[in-house]
Amino acid sequence: MEGLTLSDAEQKYYSDLFSYCDIESTKKVVVNGRVLELFRAAQLPNDVVLQIMELCGATRLGYFGRSQFYIALKLVAVAQSGFPLRVESINTVKDLPLPRFVASKNEQESRHAASYSSDSENQGSYSGVIPPPPGRGQVKKGSISHDTVQPRASADQQEPASPIVSPQQSPPTSPHTWRKHNRHSSGGNSERPLAGPGPFWSPFGEAQSGSSAGDAVWSGHSPPPPQENWVSFADTPPTSSLLTMHPASVQDQTTVRTVASATTANEIRRQSSSYDDPWKITDEQRQYYINQFKTIQPDLNGFIPGSAAKEFFTKSKLPILELSHIWELSDFDKDGALTLDEFCAAFHLVVARKNGYDLPEKLPESLMPKLIDLEDAADVGDQPGEVGYSGSPAEAPPSKSPSMPSLNQTWPELNQSSEDTAIVHPVPIRMTPSKIHMQEMELKRTSSDHTNPTSPLLVKPSDLSEENKINSAVKFASGNTVDGYSSSDSFTSDPEQIGSNVTRQRSHSGTSPDNTAPPPPPPRPQPSHSRSSSLDMNRTFTVTTGQQQAGVVAQPPAVPPRPQPSQASGPVVHRPVDADGLMTHTSTSPQQIPEQPNFADFSQFEVLAASNVNEEQDNEAEKHAEVLPVEKASDPASSLRVAKADSKTEEKAAASVPANVSKGTAPLAPPPKPVRRRLKSEDELRPDVDEHTQKTGVLAAVLASQPSIPRSVGKDKKAIQASIRRNKETNTVLARLNSELQQQLKDVLEERISLEVQLEQLRPFSHL
Amino acid sequence: MENELKFHYMVHTSLDVVDEKISAMGKALVDQRELYLGLLYPTEDYKVYGYVTNSKVKFVMVVDSSNTALRDNEIRSMFRKLHNSYTDVMCNPFYNPGDRIQSRVFDNMVTSMMIQVC
Repeated sequence: MEGLTLSDAEQKYYSDLFSYCDIESTKKVVVNGRVLELFRAAQLPNDVVLQIMELCGATRLGYFGRSQFYIALKLVAVAQSGFPLRVESINTVKDLPLPRFVASKNEQESRHAASYSSDSENQGSYSGVIPPPPGRGQVKKGSISHDTVQPRASADQQEPASPIVSPQQSPPTSPHTWRKHNRHSSGGNSERPLAGPGPFWSPFGEAQSGSSAGDAVWSGHSPPPPQENWVSFADTPPTSSLLTMHPASVQDQTTVRTVASATTANEIRRQSSSYDDPWKITDEQRQYYINQFKTIQPDLNGFIPGSAAKEFFTKSKLPILELSHIWELSDFDKDGALTLDEFCAAFHLVVARKNGYDLPEKLPESLMPKLIDLEDAADVGDQPGEVGYSGSPAEAPPSKSPSMPSLNQTWPELNQSSEDTAIVHPVPIRMTPSKIHMQEMELKRTSSDHTNPTSPLLVKPSDLSEENKINSAVKFASGNTVDGYSSSDSFTSDPEQIGSNVTRQRSHSGTSPDNTAPPPPPPRPQPSHSRSSSLDMNRTFTVTTGQQQAGVVAQPPAVPPRPQPSQASGPVVHRPVDADGLMTHTSTSPQQIPEQPNFADFSQFEVLAASNVNEEQDNEAEKHAEVLPVEKASDPASSLRVAKADSKTEEKAAASVPANVSKGTAPLAPPPKPVRRRLKSEDELRPDVDEHTQKTGVLAAVLASQPSIPRSVGKDKKAIQASIRRNKETNTVLARLNSELQQQLKDVLEERISLEVQLEQLRPFSHL
Repeated sequence: MENELKFHYMVHTSLDVVDEKISAMGKALVDQRELYLGLLYPTEDYKVYGYVTNSKVKFVMVVDSSNTALRDNEIRSMFRKLHNSYTDVMCNPFYNPGDRIQSRVFDNMVTSMMIQVC
């Protein structure tokens, strides 16, 4: 037949049953004999039994092989749980309890029972044991023995007759269990609602002799005793009332049964044929609780304040510690007050404790305050249906965990945990950007007023900081870089982020050679550009690189046109002339052309200075000049100038070869000197540099507007004229600049004079 | 036993630091963030963190210095959890303020928190 999956307990149980039935040890069991007995003991209608036998294939075979037997047993369990008998249901029905057999009582069975009970928590005995489903295990781990009393996972169909044997077998250590057996033996199914409070009522049941009292006795006595008990509870210690009634039992009860023996516990579990939750509140009990509630708080929808509750429950004479624990369990919403539900739960727990039951670690499901209004008993009645859904043995309620109550139970923790997750501070820096992470970061960043485009950007800095590389090109979204810079400035939420942003910024401006060129700032290979970290330079470089068509990495847009062919030749000329390291700068200087205001400035002068320099040379000179202002901070400025002069001469020499664009640039000679002077002054007037650059920005614009000039000879004249025009314009600009700088020079000199005067004035004092 | 005394002593000395921090903050300490006092002082073996509630109840946490994985945020969240559990304990009418806290729920929470960290 189909594959049958059995749990461990089932496996064990079935194999034992099989061995039990297999008297002759032939590994196959005949239908007659014990098997039939067994199936009859399952208390299923005959036709069901026949159906089972058919399904498992025994009728086909004529006997029960092991597998058939197992299947049959499983089907018995299925049938007992109330599920329709189908072949598929063997494996589909989950957490089926072990099939129960009210077998004929003999020592063997009882031994089986005992062995099962002592072996594992899962009961496999069939002598009236209600085997808890495997899921029950977790409950057992919880509180001690009495906790296990709670979950009863028996099917609806109980064996009324089963417990007849058990009381005889179990050592009567606990009158509780004994009473329970009696009770069950007497009534079985009928008095189900009383099964829960059975343990509670047992003390009262003990008033009667321990014989199998009839139901009437139980039912008759059950209501009054609670009244008595509760009433007495209110006024006097209930134990005293118990004492009056059952001196024998009280001794057992008053012993704190915190550590009942495992066997006792097992027996309790085993021998109770009721699967009802012992923590369930019966109608009578609930009514009583409600009445008590009313004495304190007339409004049933209202709360009992903590102090009143404290007084009330202190009357029970339980130790404060236990009352405190009961409170913790029952005050579900932790508001310091008890609603009706909470009050009933608390009361119920007190009663249980009084009767010797240990307090659970967690609030039992049946005691959890319902979200719906519980005024009507219908809900209470529904609960058994919930706890043990029709027939199939419910797992331990805690393990069953219907969504709502368990959710309720745990929502305080959930709150805290979610709180924790929400509170997780915005610094989780991960190695790899993940979408979730980015979203998280985004959420956190939104608090600091970042626009969305920047948020992915902010993730990247963190990555950078981790990786410490500048493969950022890959990661950056185009156009975000600028935003990133701005956002990095405004970013305040996380110093780490700032640091990483800064590093990123630096990385851009910086000296390390990029592997790939991000659309915005192109890689800047010159290490000597100390000022290159400024944004100006970035922009400059982005622009200037566009011009360079040879050997430059990126081609940023919006590059002002320059005589590109000449420029193209420029670096070619330069490279062979590479005299010193500066030449490398100059070779790259073509990148930095005219947008650099300073550059344009001096280039013009250089052009003028270098007579007979064609445009290439001019441009080169420009480039040279451009280099210089960039390297203002560099010390060898003078050497630069010298080199510049050298290179210029070399340029002239070299340039004369390739191109024959002649420029009547005799006046270029003097301009270099003023250029140098200007450089010097610039060096001295560092603070004025920016000003200077601003002024010379005009120059740049002027230069930028110059159209590229073709190289053909035929257009030389036009080219010359154009260049002359340009030069004149730059002349005027430079003259203006010159005058301004002179003015600044004067100012500075005046300052110097005043300072010197002050110094002189102070000097006589120094002598004193 | 020895360790317990040592920790007791450490906690008591750190109370001085807590008081110092509280007085330094002045009147404007209603903000939740300021309830967390941060690292009070590090010794060679341990770091001590402080947290004070609005009702001047002080939580002091002593952490092993070798536990470098513990971050400030985690300490903060631990204090927050402590605070919540403490208020739950307070809500219990059977609890007298000033008593030793014997709530099982509280103990479980603390234990789980410490296990989480270690």
